[in-house]
Amino acid sequence: MTDRPSYGFDTLQIHAGARPDPATGARQTPIHQTTAYVFRDADHAAALFNLQEVGFIYSRLTNPTVAVLQERIATLEGGVGAVCCSSGHAAQIMALFPLMSPGMNVVASTRLYGGTLTQFSQTIKRFGWSATFVDMDDEEAVKAAVDENTRAIFCESIANPGGYVTDIPAMAKIADANGIPLIVDNTTATPFLCRPFEMGASLVVHSTTKYLTGSGTVTGGCVVDSGRFDWSQNDKFPSLSQPEPAYHGLKFHETFGELAFTFHGIAIGLRDLGMTMNPQGAHYTLVGMETLSLRMERHVENAQKVAEWLEKDPRVDYVTYAGLKSSPYADRAKKLYPRGAGALFTFAVKGGYDACIKVVDSLEIFSHVANLGDARSLIIHSASTTHRQLSVEQQEAAGAGPSVLRLSIGIESVEDIIADLDQALAKATA
Amino acid sequence: MTDNPSDAFLHQILRDTKTIACVGVSSNPVRPSHFVARYLHYRGYRVIPVNPGQAGKLLFGEVIRADLSELADTPVDMIDIFRRPDAVPAILDQALEHLAPHLKTVWMQIGVQNEEAAAKARAHGLNVIQNRCPKIEYQRLFGELRKAGFNTGIISSRL
Repeated sequence: MTDRPSYGFDTLQIHAGARPDPATGARQTPIHQTTAYVFRDADHAAALFNLQEVGFIYSRLTNPTVAVLQERIATLEGGVGAVCCSSGHAAQIMALFPLMSPGMNVVASTRLYGGTLTQFSQTIKRFGWSATFVDMDDEEAVKAAVDENTRAIFCESIANPGGYVTDIPAMAKIADANGIPLIVDNTTATPFLCRPFEMGASLVVHSTTKYLTGSGTVTGGCVVDSGRFDWSQNDKFPSLSQPEPAYHGLKFHETFGELAFTFHGIAIGLRDLGMTMNPQGAHYTLVGMETLSLRMERHVENAQKVAEWLEKDPRVDYVTYAGLKSSPYADRAKKLYPRGAGALFTFAVKGGYDACIKVVDSLEIFSHVANLGDARSLIIHSASTTHRQLSVEQQEAAGAGPSVLRLSIGIESVEDIIADLDQALAKATA
Repeated sequence: MTDNPSDAFLHQILRDTKTIACVGVSSNPVRPSHFVARYLHYRGYRVIPVNPGQAGKLLFGEVIRADLSELADTPVDMIDIFRRPDAVPAILDQALEHLAPHLKTVWMQIGVQNEEAAAKARAHGLNVIQNRCPKIEYQRLFGELRKAGFNTGIISSRL
């Protein structure tokens, strides 16, 4: 954008958004644990409430600690701005809210986190929205699913429960052709492994709970805007292109240009939905992000070794890791995710549902939790937990059938991870 | 090229400029041109509105001028153009005729770009910024956008 120096990812993950505290010189970003902010005078208050000046009014909208995290994630993703919120699920609603209205739909991948499938297939109906689920490997089906009421295409970069990498450029092309944005959930890949904006996506959402924070300390979410989508190119996005009654008829896109979506996320989304991230939570994620690249390198390295070991094991039916040569997505992963296919994948145990339960109950190092992207290795039997609300067909379509275990490989010594799986498989298949 | 002006260049312009003639500014408060000009006024710049359709009325404490020829005796540092790209050459010619030698900067708003006029302005020793908004650049460079989570591109460990 300018001739300013371009910094490396490792530098940005530490410095972007942050500066020494001007009041104290504190080097680490202070936790600004305050609800409200004093106005200098009436003019200042008026300018803030009119969106004329950008500043702090009330922590439901903006907070100095959260703002550092927002800028850091926006920078790492290569976007223009970001809005943090209370969870990844909140981020999905925050991303869709400016685009949707009653009667509108989102075309979504069948391969999504089970909780997202439920949010999209059930809960959003109460807003009058709907989702059409399609196999994103079938481009014709995706094209056919988009109708005049479609306002976005939604996918995950590395799809939970793992093993599938979405062809983001192909999805972006379809979105472009229909004048709608592609939203990519980049939680499981992180901007270190996957660059959705460089592949044509318009918006990115994150559960910051996962790799960005890194140690399973706090829930959070984030919506990042590439700034490249033209909200006024058609009449599909009146919240952004048409006069906003709550701001005296101001048009967000016309007034804020490429910053419109982020301003809208604060001024309407956080203001009225209130799914705010708290500053203490932002602090944990900020500290975690300082080591993101180092952790991701280890996560990927360990995942590759564990997947290769499991694939050779006779007690294992199959392994879905896209970093394996046997994966149908190996070529795509290599091309689109050259630093690795993440650390989340599934494997099927010979012996089905019962053997899976035994493996889970026999592990010592792995934790049986409904989470991923922790420094610790995690395991879950999706069919009996996260994907429990789904039909068996939906479970199979999502890659979470009854004989499948999902692993989130941590950054422990890889020989210990493998030894733990070995002893648990021995007990389960004895 | 100057279409990718450095942060230092933008910073210097926004710091040294005192008086801005906003050409094509609207008196309708929800129009972007008004929003930008009002912000610059709020930030302490002297903002002189120029709009023939509104000439004679008051805006930001200044009489709206019909065109730049009315500003021959005013020390205008910068013209900020809120007009179609093809309107830029005539505005530039007026500026060169009436505002030189004081004028230092020709700024064209987002969506406004005219390479021929830009080259001519540069040949006359003027700073040229195209396809940018001084409000957004001010907010980015002076720490405001940082307060709302925008990517400012500013990396610094200095107090």
